[in-house]
Amino acid sequence: MENKPSFEAEPALTINNLSVDYGFTDDAVHALRNVNLTLHKGEVLGLAGESGCGKSTLVYAATRLLPPPGLITSGEVWVTGDDGKQYNLLALNDRQLRRERWVDTAIVFQGALNSLNPVYKVGYQIKDAIKVHRPKWSAARREERAEELMDMVGIAHDRLNAYPHQLSGGMRQRVMIAMALALEPKVLIMDEPTTALDVVMQRQIVQQIMELRQKLGFAVIFITHDISLLIEIADRIAIMYAGEIIEDGKAMELYRQARHPYTKGLIGSFPPLHGARKELGGIPGSPPDLADLPQGCPFMARCAYARPECASYDVALQPTGLPQDSVGHTVACQLFVELQKDGVPLPTGLVNS
Amino acid sequence: MKFFIRRAVFYVITAWAAVTLNFFIPRLLPGDPVQSLLSRYQGNIDVNAVKSLRVLFGLDSQKPLWQQYFDYFGQLFHGDLGISLQSFPTPVSEIIGQSLPWTIGLVGMSTIIAFVLGTLLGIVLGWHRGTKWDALIPLTTFFSSVPYFWIALIAIAVFGVNLGWFPLSGSYSPDVMPGLNMSFIASVCYYSFLPALTIVISSIAGWILGMRNMIVTVSSEDYVTVAQAKGLPESDVMFHYAARNAILPQISGFALSLGFVVSGTLVMEQVFSYQGIGYRLLQATSNNDYPLMQGIFLIITFSVLIANILADIVYALLDPRTRKEA
Repeated sequence: MENKPSFEAEPALTINNLSVDYGFTDDAVHALRNVNLTLHKGEVLGLAGESGCGKSTLVYAATRLLPPPGLITSGEVWVTGDDGKQYNLLALNDRQLRRERWVDTAIVFQGALNSLNPVYKVGYQIKDAIKVHRPKWSAARREERAEELMDMVGIAHDRLNAYPHQLSGGMRQRVMIAMALALEPKVLIMDEPTTALDVVMQRQIVQQIMELRQKLGFAVIFITHDISLLIEIADRIAIMYAGEIIEDGKAMELYRQARHPYTKGLIGSFPPLHGARKELGGIPGSPPDLADLPQGCPFMARCAYARPECASYDVALQPTGLPQDSVGHTVACQLFVELQKDGVPLPTGLVNS
Repeated sequence: MKFFIRRAVFYVITAWAAVTLNFFIPRLLPGDPVQSLLSRYQGNIDVNAVKSLRVLFGLDSQKPLWQQYFDYFGQLFHGDLGISLQSFPTPVSEIIGQSLPWTIGLVGMSTIIAFVLGTLLGIVLGWHRGTKWDALIPLTTFFSSVPYFWIALIAIAVFGVNLGWFPLSGSYSPDVMPGLNMSFIASVCYYSFLPALTIVISSIAGWILGMRNMIVTVSSEDYVTVAQAKGLPESDVMFHYAARNAILPQISGFALSLGFVVSGTLVMEQVFSYQGIGYRLLQATSNNDYPLMQGIFLIITFSVLIANILADIVYALLDPRTRKEA
């Protein structure tokens, strides 16, 4: 990345040309197509988009946790290890993979309620990962670490002896966060960590994650469809649509100067907290069938600015090319290709501020 | 603790209901043991003898039914199940006491073997679904769909008659002295091999399929994915996360099958002329030996109950959600 953001520019996780199919036959669903994404050290990267756009598939594929019939058809995932060396996660063998998991990259899953094994005490479940990855640690040291982690997420030590069903939903999600931080990972992936919780609890959990990030300095990929939350907490936001990333930029810039017609629609469908009241706009239509994608831009059928050229557009992120946008702001839209190549001006709706 | 007390109360009530039914049902049947005894001796019995037999069997109709009912309970608590007609005047409890250990030993052991083996295979098959391991399923299902006495007959024909590897019938060699000595125990094991093998082969498919399907279901649970994401070794994920949860329904099934150990192998014991409780029950039925039948039914009922109690305890130990804290 050319522009120097507020965070370190060194990558913690780089996803190159990642593609995923569900199914092996001709009618396979192309859930992810040539996705490129870089997470920098210490950065909070928000990943947003509507249901079924491939947000979760992206992180499951990038961590090789994709359940069958999900199949990674191409791509590389480079992770920066503790020693600073990068390795391709998709090329590791099973033993290596298991050794790296949770140490460099940890995940907090969507279902807070089902993420804990119901038959074991939560302490056991926090400590078993420590035991595997830190074989030299004594039982006392593991216990100490588990208590430390409980302190971090604000749960009393004696809850280590509780079974998951004895904890509330919010507490369970905190336990999951504590568990994810057990080995001090550099990257924390959060797949809609607050979906199953009420708004008050959501707020507390998100705040806690951000405080912990300040303290421990890990990078976060935060998946949600709540884009207003991302604008508040994320350094950068990537918008996904139909298995592709269609816009990527700094959080505030993306909010104020959304370039892709889809991003505009997405942001326009949330009420602003400040400023004048305005009518909320939705996006007409529905996402395309990923098993039978049309040629060209997948958003074309729903796009208010669609042109005939869009039907032959080969989706790829490129800088917006607008002087008011920072260099890292990229967008995948035919309009911006034409703007840069032939100087065709943008529709007025897309050039604001 | 509250959990166990609640269960205990439930079992006491169930046991009482079972004993009550066991008392009334034979009394609702037409005819009585004395009549059947009379017909066995073709009426060549003295009238006084008939009278004393009636007293002996507790059939002297002077006593009202409720009185008999309480007497029955009193006798039960002393372990008195009445007197067998067929091997008159041996007490029923003695006959049961002789044959019960054989059945529990043979069928109990083979049920446990089938359960342990089947569950382990089910874990492996469920975990490695879609691989060549799956070929085991139709094979074992075939054996469980064939009637087990047929397998028993084939086993006798092949291994007993043709190959001569195993004895055809009985439960130990007539040459050894029953007692706690090596040659007797070895003989018992040798004689029980074929029947045990038949039971294991015919029942293992159920355990394999049940466990495999549960493993497949549990494998898609979030906590299994979390365990994988934590980088735990595959065996840890398989046993501590998938199998540990998948085994819970198996335990109930196992308890039920333990309960049927005492009754379930009637035909098996007949085919192998094995001197267990099923063999006795069949004899009792064909000889109208009501007290013995009643006694065996009672034992069957109690064995089902005891198996259920064991299952409850094991379940509570395995699944923290069942033991609610008071």
